[in-house]
Amino acid sequence: MKAVDETATRMLDRLQGERPGDASDWIAGLRRDAVARFAEMGLPNQRIEDWKYTSTKAIAKRDFARPDAAGATADANRIEALRVPDLDAHRLVFINGHYAAALSDGEMTDDAVRVRNLAQVLAEDPDALKDRLADAAPADFSGFTALNTAFAEDGAVIEIAADRRVERPIELLFVSTLRDEAIAAHPRILIDAAHHGEATIIEHYVGMDDPQNLTNAVTEVHLAEGARVAHYRVQRESRKGFHIGSVHVNQAANSRLEQHNVQIGAALCRTDINTALNAEGAETLYNGLYLVNGRQHVDTHTRINHNQPNTTSEEAYRGILDGYARGVFNGRVYVAPHAQKTAAYQSNDNLLLSGKAEIDTKPELEIYADDVVCTHGATVGQLDTRALFYLRSRGVDHETARGLLLYAFAEAAIERMGVEPLRNWLQGFVIEELPHADRLQEFV
Amino acid sequence: MTEPMLKITNLHAKAEDAEILRGLNLEVNAGEVHAIMGPNGSGKSTLAHILAGRDDYEVTEGSVTYKGQDLLEMEPEERAHEGVFLAFQYPVEIPGVNNIYLLKSAVNAKRKHQGLGEIDSVDFLTDVKQKMKLMGMDESFLKRSVNEGFSGGEKKRNEVFQMMVLEPGLCVMDETDSGLDIDALKIVAQGVEQMRSPDRAIVLVTHYQRLLDHIQPDRVHVLARGQVLKSGDKQLAHELEEHGYDWIRYEEAESA
Ligand SMILES: Nc1ncnc2c1ncn2[C@@H]1O[C@H](COP(=O)(O)OP(=O)(O)OP(=O)(O)O)[C@@H](O)[C@H]1O
Ligand SMILES: [Mg+2]
Repeated sequence: MKAVDETATRMLDRLQGERPGDASDWIAGLRRDAVARFAEMGLPNQRIEDWKYTSTKAIAKRDFARPDAAGATADANRIEALRVPDLDAHRLVFINGHYAAALSDGEMTDDAVRVRNLAQVLAEDPDALKDRLADAAPADFSGFTALNTAFAEDGAVIEIAADRRVERPIELLFVSTLRDEAIAAHPRILIDAAHHGEATIIEHYVGMDDPQNLTNAVTEVHLAEGARVAHYRVQRESRKGFHIGSVHVNQAANSRLEQHNVQIGAALCRTDINTALNAEGAETLYNGLYLVNGRQHVDTHTRINHNQPNTTSEEAYRGILDGYARGVFNGRVYVAPHAQKTAAYQSNDNLLLSGKAEIDTKPELEIYADDVVCTHGATVGQLDTRALFYLRSRGVDHETARGLLLYAFAEAAIERMGVEPLRNWLQGFVIEELPHADRLQEFV
Repeated sequence: MTEPMLKITNLHAKAEDAEILRGLNLEVNAGEVHAIMGPNGSGKSTLAHILAGRDDYEVTEGSVTYKGQDLLEMEPEERAHEGVFLAFQYPVEIPGVNNIYLLKSAVNAKRKHQGLGEIDSVDFLTDVKQKMKLMGMDESFLKRSVNEGFSGGEKKRNEVFQMMVLEPGLCVMDETDSGLDIDALKIVAQGVEQMRSPDRAIVLVTHYQRLLDHIQPDRVHVLARGQVLKSGDKQLAHELEEHGYDWIRYEEAESA
């Protein structure tokens, strides 16, 4: 096969080999097609409008190896320390993209939910994925999605039963570790909620020992009528690593999605969050928080398609950028011609803490219906001097007051998250990132 | 004679090249309550903010001393530690910062400045609850973020509540009575009355006689065009209520 460029050829070569599911004709076919798509597309370049501000050159220039499943081990205590503390969750752990059974709570099947790792399903029950895998996420969404579709070999399959509420959150912990050479993992997550099923799922990406690895994850979510899913993505990769992630959601009538997107780590992070509201009464909340400094680059592209009338979306993204950090936010909202009574609210607020930090923020509204309420607003600024003065006038010293306001800015995003232990942990985590952390502890 | 608690001499201040205060003089002794009245835009809030240390204003001339110290040299937080308190005309909402933790930190910052240890948590809470009750505030306010989602009147009451807990030496209250219903006005007035003390000075900025009916001010000043144009006893407030500010301008012209 002839690929579009040398990088694509090299990446394809590097990733060859057997994978669970190869024996299934339809999986093999899906992969072949995706390889062909990637060969045509290659990695996205900056001539593509959606990638205008984000260069993938740093990824192209590296030679990522394919990690073997045998390497999926790590010290249990160290893994434990990476978890969200005090969170009572059913947990699957992945090391460099491979399921680590010894570190996980294992497969779970009860009357509310079935949780399995993808490699197992691909090997034993590939037909169960038919019409679901690569359905919400088309392989050609981007070169990265094609790459993931072609080479994903593990991840999670979560099936939520009709009319059931899964009480404990499900935590998927993806740990990227330091190996002899940089590696690329392509985890794939499939979440399928039957009608009126409810669950909370946390994808948690974390780097250990500063690897320069690439994580290229794709998540697909199907919400049947009345289903309610809270989906969290917490990205704390190594500051030297690369993280590409996309979430693709299809929503039926009266379903509700909450998508919380926290981006803290990685040298380069790009997430795409896409939701299609395909029937009346469907609603979506996007809640995002990015905290970056140094030379970090964080790019979020979101899309909400209001394909039917009476659908609602609310989107609020907040970011704090320091040092030479660079942020990109692009929020696209599409309202189909007959999708009357659509309500779509979008906001993106940014604090730039240094003169060198930068953010490009842009709403993109494509509204073809007339009876709709769509609002959007973006702010880029420094701390509110009125609030700063108010705190100082109460005796809080300048530095602490500044830290408090930064914390409070982030807290507005954190407080929307329903999982209390996660909220508490993130609050502490955000404080640690701020100057004079010790002085801030007493306020929260 | 002892030094006035607050002494403002020939104060000139501007913001973005606009001259706002133009030679303002004011002296307030410990134990006294002074009211400042004056038309919109005359510089009342500017004065209040300058006393608290807001740096949007540039003082171009004059001096301000508090307990004999040069106030203008101090950072806003130092002034707070020394006992200056401003009840804001428009209290700021600060989502994510807990109301009571802020207050506790404020108390401790002041104590630290005085060389005292941190306040005992139980003592603090007892004091806070008692004062909230006086201000007719529900205990649920303990858990809320600073002013977030408070109604206009609740914000004003919260300011007075903070003031009662912090026990400042100089209270500057900027239109704390605006936007209050009749009952809340009484509560706020009682709060101020309770704060009256021989070692404390209170400066009330107000537009209305009705607050002054509850609190008998020792002096009333009229601020206009950045100066104190007229001072008198509480009778002056009544005359203003009756005749408006034009009457003073007329008098001024007469005497000029
Ligand atoms: N930061 C600023 N920059 C420019 N002009 C300002 C600033 N602050 C105040 N001013 C102006 O100074 C004047 C005095 O304002 P100030 O708020 O002190 O009035 P005030 O007496 O408190 O009025 P009110 O009774 O309406 O509260 C006004 O004309 C106002 O527009
Ligand atoms: Mg004013």
